[in-house]
Amino acid sequence: MKAFKAVGAIALAAGLVAGAAGAQAQGTGSATIDAIKARGLLVCGVSTGVAGFSLADSQGVIKGIDADGCRTVAAAILGDATKVRFVPTTTINRFTALQSGEIDVLIRETTWTLGREASLGLEFAGVNYYDGTGFLVKTAANVKSAKDLDGATVCVQPGTSTELAISDYFRNNKLKFTPVNIQDQNEIQGAFLSGRCDAYSTDSSALAGFRFQQGAKATDLVLLPEIISKEPLGPMVRKGDDKFFDVVKWTQYATLTAEEDGVTSKNIDTFASTTNPEIRRLMGLEGDMGKALGIDNKWAYNAIKQVGNFGEIWDRNITVMGVPRGINNLWNKGGLQYAPPIR
Amino acid sequence: MSELATTNIDPVPATAGNAAIPNTSRARPPATVHGPVAWVKTNLFGSWLSSLATIVFGILLIRWAIGFFDWAILHAVWSVPEGANGPDVSACRDAKGVGACWAVIGEKYRFILFGRFPYDLQWRTALVIVLFIALYAVSAWRRFWRKELLLVWVATLVVIGVLMWGGILGLEFVPQDQWGGLPLTLILATFGLAFAFPLSVLVALGRRSTKLPAVKALCVLYVELIRGVPLITLLFMASVMFPLFLPEGVNIDKLLRAQVAIILFAGAYLAEVVRGGLQSLPKGQYEAADALGLSYWKKTGFIVLPQALRLVIPPLVNTFIGFFKDTSLVLIIGLFDLLSAGKIAISEPAWAAYSTEVYLVLAAIYFVFCYTMARYSRGLEREFSRARNR
Amino acid sequence: MSGAVVDPRLHAARAAPKRRMRLSWSDPKFRAIVWQVLVVGILAAIVAYLVHNTNKNLAARHIATGFAFLARTAGIPIGEHAIEYDPATSTYGDALIIGIINTLKVAIVGVVLTTIWGTLLGIARLSKNWLLSRAAYLYVEILRDIPLLLQLLFWYGLVQTLPSVRDAFAVLPGVFFSNRGIKVPLFDWEPAHSWALAAFLVGLIGVIAWSSVASKRQAETGVRPKTWPVALGLLVAFPLFVWAVLGAPFQLDMPIKGGFNFRGGGTISPEYCALTLGLVVYTAAYIAEIVRSGIQAVPQGQWEAAGALGLRPGAVLRQIVLPQALRVVIPPMTSQFLNLTKNSSLAVAIGYQDVVSIDQTTLNQTGQAIEGIALLMAVFLVISLSISLFMNWYNARIALVER
Repeated sequence: MKAFKAVGAIALAAGLVAGAAGAQAQGTGSATIDAIKARGLLVCGVSTGVAGFSLADSQGVIKGIDADGCRTVAAAILGDATKVRFVPTTTINRFTALQSGEIDVLIRETTWTLGREASLGLEFAGVNYYDGTGFLVKTAANVKSAKDLDGATVCVQPGTSTELAISDYFRNNKLKFTPVNIQDQNEIQGAFLSGRCDAYSTDSSALAGFRFQQGAKATDLVLLPEIISKEPLGPMVRKGDDKFFDVVKWTQYATLTAEEDGVTSKNIDTFASTTNPEIRRLMGLEGDMGKALGIDNKWAYNAIKQVGNFGEIWDRNITVMGVPRGINNLWNKGGLQYAPPIR
Repeated sequence: MSELATTNIDPVPATAGNAAIPNTSRARPPATVHGPVAWVKTNLFGSWLSSLATIVFGILLIRWAIGFFDWAILHAVWSVPEGANGPDVSACRDAKGVGACWAVIGEKYRFILFGRFPYDLQWRTALVIVLFIALYAVSAWRRFWRKELLLVWVATLVVIGVLMWGGILGLEFVPQDQWGGLPLTLILATFGLAFAFPLSVLVALGRRSTKLPAVKALCVLYVELIRGVPLITLLFMASVMFPLFLPEGVNIDKLLRAQVAIILFAGAYLAEVVRGGLQSLPKGQYEAADALGLSYWKKTGFIVLPQALRLVIPPLVNTFIGFFKDTSLVLIIGLFDLLSAGKIAISEPAWAAYSTEVYLVLAAIYFVFCYTMARYSRGLEREFSRARNR
Repeated sequence: MSGAVVDPRLHAARAAPKRRMRLSWSDPKFRAIVWQVLVVGILAAIVAYLVHNTNKNLAARHIATGFAFLARTAGIPIGEHAIEYDPATSTYGDALIIGIINTLKVAIVGVVLTTIWGTLLGIARLSKNWLLSRAAYLYVEILRDIPLLLQLLFWYGLVQTLPSVRDAFAVLPGVFFSNRGIKVPLFDWEPAHSWALAAFLVGLIGVIAWSSVASKRQAETGVRPKTWPVALGLLVAFPLFVWAVLGAPFQLDMPIKGGFNFRGGGTISPEYCALTLGLVVYTAAYIAEIVRSGIQAVPQGQWEAAGALGLRPGAVLRQIVLPQALRVVIPPMTSQFLNLTKNSSLAVAIGYQDVVSIDQTTLNQTGQAIEGIALLMAVFLVISLSISLFMNWYNARIALVER
């Protein structure tokens, strides 16, 4: 019986095992980058389907800012933004998948918290989306503030930081509420619209997008002014591979820098003879920035050319959902997105 | 239709159905039980209680049918125009609550059926579905029940593997993360059965062995442990716990882990089915084999299993139907099987409101597969019992 | 063999099976031991290897081990709790106990309802009324061939189409149906009620005693004394009398619309309704088939013989056929009850906080996957085992009736 099981497992495994990630050889000093180069693919954990972040369209192509985040990293390391293998993860197995090396990087609207960074053996490489927990209610309920929600029923996704945030908020304000915990985003939204709960609580961006999608009925819903928690969402990598951590972090900074300098995927080639030193470094024309990171000097050029700068990625995925840019604007436009200089 | 016939001329007297219905059909002379009017009289208005049931039921059914027709056909939106940012769903939004929006199926059917498989290569997955159906059909034919069938299975599964993965014969390679939809459901269920079956035979034999108490204890432990917990916990285990078991740097793909969980789960249930078959074999068969001086493996391989396994085919098919439905639980660990693909399809905000339509289509697909298999297994069962009683 | 004169030499040879085991492959005993040592050894080696890996991985990832987390404050908001629960102070242990209670709530109510509904369907399947039997047939076929998860999603969607609190419709005074669930009046429990309950239990014992007396007398005289007046008196009149003597307290806590939701009264949540409804409706399709084949397994002669004795059709079904069918029906029924219990784990998909849902949140927050899953398995094993044991006991009990 055991013999059979072993044979069966091997036969199946022969095709399916995504080999050992331990190979180092000559390389860059980063086990993860070496493994990515060896297999010619970046394995990127995303969500199973959240509109605007990562969601398969009718053709099965995954779209969203998280998915584009994966693509920029792939373009930076491998020079080809299509060399990404997306692994959909759920809230239950996302950290395990990264810890075990099943995925190289997790870009799955995951909130940066001390607890997660300290106890999971994982770390956050920047923030691609500044969010916060908000409440959406029906206009008819005539609620003006979250403080009026005493005794309300609130729909929330279990296992998320939102769940803990609203629990804290209500306790802090000595209010009572009844949670309705539903795993699936779609089910929650249906439950809220049907009136199962008085308020729908999740990241305020998602709420704004959801409201926008109601079309003409958007005015039936109102977003309460309180943002009760900070939810910086960002990519996560394993601790102990600083080179790869740097690449993920700086790839995102590169897209921000490009937006700041007005470099887009369309016009990037017109900068080929620019004299602006920052753009020249970004394009890999001088400074050997890529070498310093352990990858190709064209890393940022590839990422921007093939995927786009931060503004383009945002507009393509988030603006179409009706979510305002808000605090996710560049620092010089009143937002929080600030890239350290590339030099 | 034989089903219909059995219900009508059931060997059980009418009293079984409704204690208050007198046994009129027997009391009357046979002449009056012929003709449509008489049929209606006996079968629909046999007594006042029966008449009441017929009327109440009839009205409810008709009202429901009209309502469904209105919603699904009369007021339905079949397609929507293409707008600047993808399809313009305002027609569907207006029809919400009055008519169905079948446009969601038109837009999403390929995603639901084939998941994230590359769009241009989806002919391969379509072919895989056809192959699976052909494989089931061939296996269902009793004329093909011989050793060569095993070869057909191996060959077909290999071809399916080639079509799904590609990478050879000029086919483009597709990693298994991009598999999804109906092929994934069929793969999980079929490979689950194909690997669980031999395992289950060994476990069933082990559980019945008298000479190997330690092996027996292990088999009992395995079967009872697995049967005592829901599949969900096994999938959690495969998804969250299993990676902890492996040495640093070694990873097993999520699909394979889920597949192993399903095989282990199916193995325990099938083992009980096989054990039932082994038990139903007359003792004389074992004794005769012993008398011939056959070794244990010869006795099992040539005498016991061929007879026992034949008997367990109908319950085996029923168990298979169970897995086929249960594979929908892989949704919980982030695999895109048929049900999950349907759910992802309606995660797109524009289509989020039309879940009913998608669920109905999914239900229809599952139903067609399961019902066909169930009918088949019942026909087989009847045939076997007739053969036995002869 | 029996009766034949046994050759004493043969006898002696057979009486000496204590042949010493030879260390040779041709000795079956020796082979058996080798095989077992091999299998157990390989298994033990695999387990040891996995444990070793796990320990290394746990250490490398700084994941805590042990069940200490059960005593930590949970902070998980829980909607339905049968016992006192406050996210601020209650522990993970408390949360899990609530989860177990919630699972049991679904399982017990589900088993009872599904038995009733499934039996009715099974009988309807055999009805002489064509429409009824066809409808039951369609019901069974369609529901069995669609995944339960899909059905649960459907039911949950359906429950949500109920009117909002403001437009809730009152089925009975004080009983409201809305998309917030079913609201029922509760009445304040007072000592008089406890006494009435005690009286009811005493009455129940009395009825059982009386019915055994009645059976005895029926066996002696052939006439069964009426039991229902005694039952009525002991089960209804006696408890009512006790309650009335103690002052007949009756204070209802009626649900009243107010604020966001109803105030007062008891609630049955929509998630609970949808889950229980889905499980009952699905499992009943299986039960119906079991009941049908159970009834059909009773030989035709039994019906005819009972009819010949002059029993009325209803009595034939109740007193002759069903008791016999029961014996065929119990084992497959047991496995359906187990299935229902295990299937209740799909609750997480529609937002009912059963033990799986709470356990999942717990292991997500603590990162202690092994402990979390082990707990979950233990809970289900205990529940499954309890159901199995009870049904085996019941099976043995009704089997004893047979001569």
